[in-house]
Amino acid sequence: MKSENIIRIEGLTKDYPVGEGFFRALAKIDLTFREGEFAGLVGPSGSGKTTLLNIIGLLDTPTSGSATVLGKEVSALTAKQSAFLRNRHIGFIFQSYNLLPVYTVYENVEFTLLLQKKNREERHRAVMEALDWVGLTEKKDSRPSQLSGGESQRVAIARAMVKRPAIVLADEPSANLDAENSHHILQTMQQLNAELKTTFLFATHDEKVMQYLQRIISLRDGKIEKDTNS
Amino acid sequence: MLIIRTAFKNIIGAGRATRLNIAVLSFVLVIMTAYNGMLDGWIAESRRDTIDWDAGWSQLWHPNYDKYDIFTLPDAHGKIPIQIDNALQAGMATPVLVIQASVYPQGRMLNIQLKGIDPEQQILKIPSLSLHSAGGETPVVIGKRMAATTNLKKGDRVMLRWRDRNGVFDAREVQVAAIFETTVGSADAGQMWIALDDLYAMTDMQGEATYIVMQRESPVSADTGGWHFKDNDFLQTDNRILEQSSRAESVIIFTILLTLALLAVYDTQTLSIFRRQKEIGTYVALGMTPRGVTTLFTIEGTTYSLFAAFFGAIWGAPLLYWFTKTGLPMPEAYGDIGMAVGDAMYPVYKLTTVATTLLVVIFFSALVSYLPARKIAQQNMVLALKGKIN
Repeated sequence: MKSENIIRIEGLTKDYPVGEGFFRALAKIDLTFREGEFAGLVGPSGSGKTTLLNIIGLLDTPTSGSATVLGKEVSALTAKQSAFLRNRHIGFIFQSYNLLPVYTVYENVEFTLLLQKKNREERHRAVMEALDWVGLTEKKDSRPSQLSGGESQRVAIARAMVKRPAIVLADEPSANLDAENSHHILQTMQQLNAELKTTFLFATHDEKVMQYLQRIISLRDGKIEKDTNS
Repeated sequence: MLIIRTAFKNIIGAGRATRLNIAVLSFVLVIMTAYNGMLDGWIAESRRDTIDWDAGWSQLWHPNYDKYDIFTLPDAHGKIPIQIDNALQAGMATPVLVIQASVYPQGRMLNIQLKGIDPEQQILKIPSLSLHSAGGETPVVIGKRMAATTNLKKGDRVMLRWRDRNGVFDAREVQVAAIFETTVGSADAGQMWIALDDLYAMTDMQGEATYIVMQRESPVSADTGGWHFKDNDFLQTDNRILEQSSRAESVIIFTILLTLALLAVYDTQTLSIFRRQKEIGTYVALGMTPRGVTTLFTIEGTTYSLFAAFFGAIWGAPLLYWFTKTGLPMPEAYGDIGMAVGDAMYPVYKLTTVATTLLVVIFFSALVSYLPARKIAQQNMVLALKGKIN
């Protein structure tokens, strides 16, 4: 991951079929992100921020144009190659946490390392370190149903970070949290960004999140309205 | 390994749905094992009884004899081939002479087959020792069905009329020396057994027979002296036809039961898969391939049937074992329609039958889990993550 431009998007368009026609979610977007950025895609609902995040996360593909993530052209990847890249280099944080309900906190964080076939010792060390980052080592044996919203989102952060990914994509990470918890998780992510040089990319319309972002890309109707660095 | 571990976690975590699936599938497994066991037990008993009471292991037929054509009987008798003398002497074969006759119980007339058999024979279970003459009477033995039809009891006398070898009618009173109970209708219904020597004297057919019944150890295994050899496979034709028909019924019943059970599994899996869209999306976001997701849910469905086999064994094995001891009581009417059925049917559990039943259940459980899993794994994972796949 030596490329300075860790994400490069050129002329990206994304259309969704709607009835006889289509809905254009993204229209000829050009963007680049460097390693270690703490950036956010902001805009109202339907502006295309989540769509762009999903394409960068290899969960979706562009209709036209190109998106190159970690040196790989998204449209050219097979399902297996996408899965490999997500597993090794991309972490996800979702609005509704998406923790696996039958697993403990420890097992949720460990899951991605199991997919990587890491040995037990490596997994244990990495999971405990990740839980330490988010301050949840005491809750490692709890089930998601026993956690508060803030704790659940911190588990999701630990799960995203445990593999030390190049990119973390966070879709409305604070939407279900109160102000205190929102600040807490954002400070945690900011700290990890500084320590590990992980690129964080948010999709949000939450003012609390925006005040932490180093770069804000405003989207409206699928187009970039403004791209500012603080 | 991860997928198997995850599948087990999910199954245990599913709680009530898991218990329902396992209960339904284990019910199907136990019922089908019991049903097939009954069928196998009945078939084995039927074959064994046919050998013991009527057919022996093999037979030599007079060239004019056709068991299935009663009109061949008047001409179906002849001298016993000398080639089987040794087998007769050794007790490995016994001749049976069959003629048509009539009895007149309570003034009614009933056409019967009168069968002459050596009282000393030990190949068939017919109580032939009772046929030894005593006190000038001509003893006969009949089966329970025949006794019921003619309203005869042990010790009763009945008028018997027959034709001798020249076609001349003759008649005498015979005494019922014994009434035997057999599951084999063809040895009982419409049959009357008499000592071979008595029948020779009555018909002037000295040294003749209609067919020779042979033990398994008999050296005769081909047409002999112009008489036709009938092997055990041929002699079990009636049983085989009944078996084929019963197997077809068994397949239909199994299909219905399995379909109902699999509908439950399919419903649960489909509901579960669509309810767990976000979880599936999460697996993919974490780096699992769509194929991995399909495998995970297929293993979950398959594991239900493995658990069902385990729990079915726990509650079903004592029940099935108990059946082997007590048997399933059968109505008497079954015997009257020509099926070799005892008072109770005792199941026989064959490893191949149990294994086949289990494999079929496992295969179809896997299939009904695979289909919805494959469908959702091919969908857009963005929609799955949002829980918006319909």
